[in-house]
Amino acid sequence: MDTLVLSKGKMLSTHPGVRAEATFQKTIFLSALAIIVLLVAIFLSLLIHSVPSLKAFGLSFFFSKTWDPVSATFGVLPFLVGTLLTSFLALLICLPFSLAISIFIGEYFKKGALSSFLKTVTELLAGIPSIIYGFWALFVLVPIVRNFQTKIGIFPYGVGILTASMILSVMIIPYAASIAREVISLVPSDVKEAAYSLGSTRQEVITKVVLPYARSGIVAGILLALGRALGETMAVTMVIGNSNRLPKGFFSPGNSMASVIANEFTEATASLHISSLIEIALLLFLVTMIINIIGKYIIKKISVEA
Amino acid sequence: MALHRLRLRIWKDRGFKAIVILFSFLSIVPLLLILFYIIKNGILSISWEFFVELPRPVGEKGGGISNAIVGSLLLVIIAGLPSIPLGIAAGIYLSENKKSRITYWSGLAVDVLQGTPSIVIGIIAYLWVVVPMGGFSAFAGGIALGIMMLPMIVKATEETLSLIPGSLKEASLALGVPYYRTILRVILPAGVSGIMTGVLISTARVAGETAPLLFTAFGNAFMNWNLTNPVHSLPLLIYNYATSPYPEWHRVAWGASCVLVVFVLTLNLVMRTVIRRWKVQF
Repeated sequence: MDTLVLSKGKMLSTHPGVRAEATFQKTIFLSALAIIVLLVAIFLSLLIHSVPSLKAFGLSFFFSKTWDPVSATFGVLPFLVGTLLTSFLALLICLPFSLAISIFIGEYFKKGALSSFLKTVTELLAGIPSIIYGFWALFVLVPIVRNFQTKIGIFPYGVGILTASMILSVMIIPYAASIAREVISLVPSDVKEAAYSLGSTRQEVITKVVLPYARSGIVAGILLALGRALGETMAVTMVIGNSNRLPKGFFSPGNSMASVIANEFTEATASLHISSLIEIALLLFLVTMIINIIGKYIIKKISVEA
Repeated sequence: MALHRLRLRIWKDRGFKAIVILFSFLSIVPLLLILFYIIKNGILSISWEFFVELPRPVGEKGGGISNAIVGSLLLVIIAGLPSIPLGIAAGIYLSENKKSRITYWSGLAVDVLQGTPSIVIGIIAYLWVVVPMGGFSAFAGGIALGIMMLPMIVKATEETLSLIPGSLKEASLALGVPYYRTILRVILPAGVSGIMTGVLISTARVAGETAPLLFTAFGNAFMNWNLTNPVHSLPLLIYNYATSPYPEWHRVAWGASCVLVVFVLTLNLVMRTVIRRWKVQF
């Protein structure tokens, strides 16, 4: 379509309308192209600037557990562990809640004030800036965790992996719930009716028919939530404790990949230090890219089938 | 025996429903708690002076956040100027050329860009703007936020325009209206509510971003209108003050959080009530 008009534009370029048409086509085409160029440029910039660190450490970057700017040894393992622990713990905590919301909106209360209220609230949860979550967690959640730690007799850091996971789980509930609820409400009623006619209770229909049917949508939601959790910076930075050592347990302070960048990037002066931080960014970029592409692929497949 | 099992299943059914309802409402609790604390602690700091004065040094009472409000405004404007037109234009291309190969890759790039962690975007703006310009600036922060806004606007435009029935376009073309005029004068106005919603959501989202500003806009304790100087922004100020050890600064941070939350939630509510009314029904 666009090539046809473009070539016409060249032939009859004296006519103002034809020229405007060609300009319009060219503009929107270049805009769409610009986004691809932008993404490729982001990838290449990150890659080029991580070359010094890639050369200096190679694969040992991922397995070394010392991150020491003073001696210029950089290993990302503590942050890798910190990111994975917080993200998966957050997913684990958020799963029952987001599933409950999806079943509530998608199955029990499809219409009405209750479900639209719940929908609005979850959307608002997604809209609150992460700095607010972090701030609130620092002043409300951390003291609670600290009290709990004093009671069970471990060192009361307050901040740490668990605190970060808790606030992270609240932040990702809307993402995990959003797709699951759509898919659950799309389960065809004849499948459900078949189960009812065999004498199933509603709980049996939900756990044995609806949830298995909506499986791929639930997985897609979890993937998108995971992608969000991996890259979340501010809320995690404020409550994870910012310790560059390998975390020893759920209560110990740690650091995530995103939070170490937030903490050290402005202070980094040695070029190897900066390059190592950029390599972490590259890693984050690639991992979230893969997770998001898989998630979107599943969603696309579902919407084609439905 | 059979009756006993039936009773068990019925109880299981009721228990399941109770658990679903319980967990659903438990997940609202954090939002209520956050709003409660923010408003309870923030409302006291807010006064007229809070909006028009500059922050005071530690130890002095009072002071405001006018520099952060101006900074946030500047950053959002710099972000929106390039990315709103670019995003809408790309969104038009994506919805108009469903089968082209560029659409496929561009759509994928939009998805990936949307999922890219904000801290990574911050590093990119640092490499692309801060390093060549030789220092932190409002401009760099605005570019970082603009990159974050872009995919949201493309998505909103594409999704809105895809919902507009083809008959509308065909009617316009059949009257002899050129293609570009059909898009600009018929299709875009019909989708204006959806596109506006996208613009507002993305504005609210980037107005609350902190991570990409840490090493681009950087923060500035003074009032600044110069785009080549560092500026403060509301989220940046909250971060700096909340992690400081001074109780007076914590109070300012609560106040600033209150302003930010009210701003973001108001935009969300405006979007729900006012703009939905403009929606053209098909």
